[in-house]
Amino acid sequence: MNWFELITLHSPPLIVAVPLLTAFLTPLVSKINEIVRNLFVLIMLCITGLLVLILGYDVLTNGIRTYVFGGGAPLPSGMNIPVRIMFEIDSMTIFMVIITIILAIICILYSWSFMKDQDGLDKYYTIILLLVTSIFGMELTGDLFNFFVFLEISCITSCALIAFYVHKKESLDAAFKYIVISSIGALFILFAIGLLYAQYNALNMATIANAIQFTFFDKIVLVLLVTGLAMKSGLAPMHMWLPDAYSSSPASVTFILVGATLAGLYGGLRVIFTIYGNQLLNTGFTFYPGLLIGIIITTLGVLSIFIGVFMALKRSDFKKMIAYTAVAEIGYMFLAIGSYLIGLALSVPDNPQMLVAGTYALKGGLFHILNDALDIGLLFLVAGAVYYATKQTSLNSLGGLARNMKYTTIFFLIGLLAVSGMPPMNGFASKLLIYQSTYQISPILSIIAIICSIMLLAVFVKVFQSIFLGPEIPSLKNVKEVPKSMLAAMALVACIIIFIGLFPNIIIDNLVTPAAEALQNTTSYISTIVGGA
Amino acid sequence: MTMIFNIPFIAVVAMIFIGLYAVLFKRNLVKMVIGISIIESGVNLFLITLGYREGGVVPIFTSAPSEVVKNAPGSMVLPVPQALTLTSIVIGVAVLALMLSLIMHIYEHYGTLDVRKIRGPEE
Repeated sequence: MNWFELITLHSPPLIVAVPLLTAFLTPLVSKINEIVRNLFVLIMLCITGLLVLILGYDVLTNGIRTYVFGGGAPLPSGMNIPVRIMFEIDSMTIFMVIITIILAIICILYSWSFMKDQDGLDKYYTIILLLVTSIFGMELTGDLFNFFVFLEISCITSCALIAFYVHKKESLDAAFKYIVISSIGALFILFAIGLLYAQYNALNMATIANAIQFTFFDKIVLVLLVTGLAMKSGLAPMHMWLPDAYSSSPASVTFILVGATLAGLYGGLRVIFTIYGNQLLNTGFTFYPGLLIGIIITTLGVLSIFIGVFMALKRSDFKKMIAYTAVAEIGYMFLAIGSYLIGLALSVPDNPQMLVAGTYALKGGLFHILNDALDIGLLFLVAGAVYYATKQTSLNSLGGLARNMKYTTIFFLIGLLAVSGMPPMNGFASKLLIYQSTYQISPILSIIAIICSIMLLAVFVKVFQSIFLGPEIPSLKNVKEVPKSMLAAMALVACIIIFIGLFPNIIIDNLVTPAAEALQNTTSYISTIVGGA
Repeated sequence: MTMIFNIPFIAVVAMIFIGLYAVLFKRNLVKMVIGISIIESGVNLFLITLGYREGGVVPIFTSAPSEVVKNAPGSMVLPVPQALTLTSIVIGVAVLALMLSLIMHIYEHYGTLDVRKIRGPEE
């Protein structure tokens, strides 16, 4: 076995282990000096990125990979259910892990100058790396309790990062709101895991998915798990922590928080499509469970879009507006996922074109996960840059910044067009998929989606006009362009956005379609562990 | 008789609802944290109750009674729920500490722990 095969074999635990070790080495390294520390973190994350690429290539060519801790096989002799902790990696996991590592590297790059003047930076980097570790863990794991542990790590670290500006009232307020909601959500999830363990004696997702009967308790578990994870991902009725948390934390933190939110969404997808995947078309009821789940998720998604857009319209704080837009964007993803479930349920007797439409919706939704992370992320980075240069976030006290901050203006324009789904940016590609497919499910959905997208454009044109254009404000006369590392981070995101916008097929064919197929194909996920079942 | 064995589960549900009540309706931040703590204890109690097997033996091979090792190795209990509970307790302590430290900072800024007075002027 040569070294490359060895790295490929052990890449799943290394992807979690490298950031984890880096996190605790960072305080030591930062004793040397700041530049060494920043370089150290950046290089270690790049190594993690390399591991992600190796693992991704392997999974996309050779199919689902498992990694069992403490032994080669999932079953010790004499046991008939997997008791060991294991990672299970399919194309969906790879898709999310790639998004996370992009966010993490750009976040560190941006922090280089953005956070320069702050105290306690060695701890800041430690917590950022722990958050990255926990997101990776949530995405890679194939074990429910392991998922819960990583979820709690991400709750604790996110809360600490949201409260980074500990001298500001709003940050403390937002952090407390966040930790209350996310710890209740996590306790719901733990309770649900206990219920599943009581019935099936297993914690392994594939084993539970294989054994699940959709009993009364399983319905409770489904409700608890989806509620808990929707709290974490900021779906409409549980969204109130998200705008506060996003807008009152430093921009670099918000950028990685988007990743943590999306990991919650990923958990929801795993629950619905893997654990309950074979029960979506259970015929023991008056209508399919998949249809009911789909309708509920779609309704909540539409509600999120409405709330996000309307609250963004009436805000005058730049970062709050972007944060509410993030709620709307989460709504688009849930709308697409719900549409897939409805399409799946409607297709069953003899209506295969509904399934085709649903599949397109699912692809659009997954593609939108990537695009949302980049678009919203870029807007937050620009908001951070504006704050860095002017120390202002209110629209009323800003104006005419385009004169002094050309590059930031261009990046904001790119982010604006991408978020509101204008060609040739990446948001257009995924939103078009969602519009087309939801139109076939129900025209009303796509009309709402398009109208809200146009209103997002209105929101951001207003922001653009009042921040970057207009007369010069005397107090902002000496504003300078932000430092190079922030520009480099924003340029990197902008380049990815334009690249995806120009060549969406490359991403759809190589990443999104395998991910959608992996979600739809519950059986192969199960049979990798349980074997031939 | 079966009712008696259900008492722990009834206690679990009661604790979770009491905790939720405290989080939703209490105005004092510390009381909200106490509520979360009660929910957490309820969930831990649930896990422990699941792990109880009547007549089970602690799964330490060397200290088990010899007749159990010889005749009925199946009566050793798989300690997964206990392991889960320990992990969950440790996580709970971390979350509790973090929440209380946040409350300390909030009190320094606002001079009160009443939720109604803490919300920012903008909301």
